[in-house]
Amino acid sequence: MDKVLAILIANIITNNYILFKFMGLCPFLGVSKQTKPAISMGLAVIIVLLISGIMTWAVYAYVLLPFHIGYMRTVVFILIIASSVQFIEMVILKVSPILYRALGIYLPLITTNCIVLGVTVINTEDFFAAGRPIAWSFAYSVLQVFAAGLGFMLVLLLMSGIRERLELADIPESLEGLPIAFIIASIMGLAFMGLLGIK
Amino acid sequence: MKRLLGEFTKGIFKENPIFFIVLGLCPTLAVSTSVNNAVGMGAAVIFVLVFSNVIISMMRNIIPDKIRIPCYVVVIAAFVSIVEMVMKAYAPALDKALGVYVPLIVVNCIILGRAEAFASKNPVLASFMDGLGMGVGFFLALFVISSIREVLGSGKFAGFAIPVAFEPAAVLVLAPGALLVLGLLMGGIKWIKSLRS
Repeated sequence: MDKVLAILIANIITNNYILFKFMGLCPFLGVSKQTKPAISMGLAVIIVLLISGIMTWAVYAYVLLPFHIGYMRTVVFILIIASSVQFIEMVILKVSPILYRALGIYLPLITTNCIVLGVTVINTEDFFAAGRPIAWSFAYSVLQVFAAGLGFMLVLLLMSGIRERLELADIPESLEGLPIAFIIASIMGLAFMGLLGIK
Repeated sequence: MKRLLGEFTKGIFKENPIFFIVLGLCPTLAVSTSVNNAVGMGAAVIFVLVFSNVIISMMRNIIPDKIRIPCYVVVIAAFVSIVEMVMKAYAPALDKALGVYVPLIVVNCIILGRAEAFASKNPVLASFMDGLGMGVGFFLALFVISSIREVLGSGKFAGFAIPVAFEPAAVLVLAPGALLVLGLLMGGIKWIKSLRS
């Protein structure tokens, strides 16, 4: 139970993928201008993360490891992620056109979102220790991708709230736009670090 | 010849991938804690960018339009795997320091961006120069950011102590420091540009 809590807190707050590992910065800066698209993007990322997390785990555990072709990880994972994004897009289009209209344009962008490849690669390094049962590895891998998605959404939402207000603020001209966004993200990172206690 | 030189130099200043097009941030920020890491990452990106540009430009007439993105990604991923294996074999310390950011070169938007915007439409030699220029531009930007962070944050340059004694601002080596340095640098560049015009 302690470990579950530790993974949740680490992935959502103290080791947040956007602020501390810089994964998913492009959508973070691109979609954080308003709150509504930020929610859609966050949801889309969580869905893609869960599905490709499960699929990459299965392929790594049952194909790559038994055949000793672990070095194919990068190529195989990126293909799985790209195709699962395409697949999710088709399913959503078929099942719920309304949801598709909200998420549609964000889905293709997620393929090149480093967070998906990043978390799945980190999973293979964290949770495939020798001698551990396979169910353990699966449960923690799924937990980690889910927590990573939640952390992504949390920071995206906070940032979009701040940037909506920033529209009205008086900023030095050369800092307008991206530079101020980076500086705010940096301050946000410092605040999140406060929860860890700087070593 | 002049055109080829132009393809090379545009990536270094006018269309610098990090400061002006703002692509490929994730590895830039994460590995810029020390100059050594930054040089390793820069070299890896130049290698992948040049070779994937050349291969994609060679195949630009064969690849069907509809599935071009997956094709590009596979070409890029192949070169990244080469880098991963070479680095593991010959520079294990660097591989440890860069960690997960080596496989993440695959999703570095600069590489896919150049494949889509340049290599898929231009002949081999021009694509080669474009890849080299963009790679060098990326390398230089990474070098500048990592120099600032390492000198001010840990009082060293490429691992060697600096003779001037001062209290290093440790926050610059931490993750939020990377965002701060990049934000201020981009603002500074914009400011200098506005002074000129």
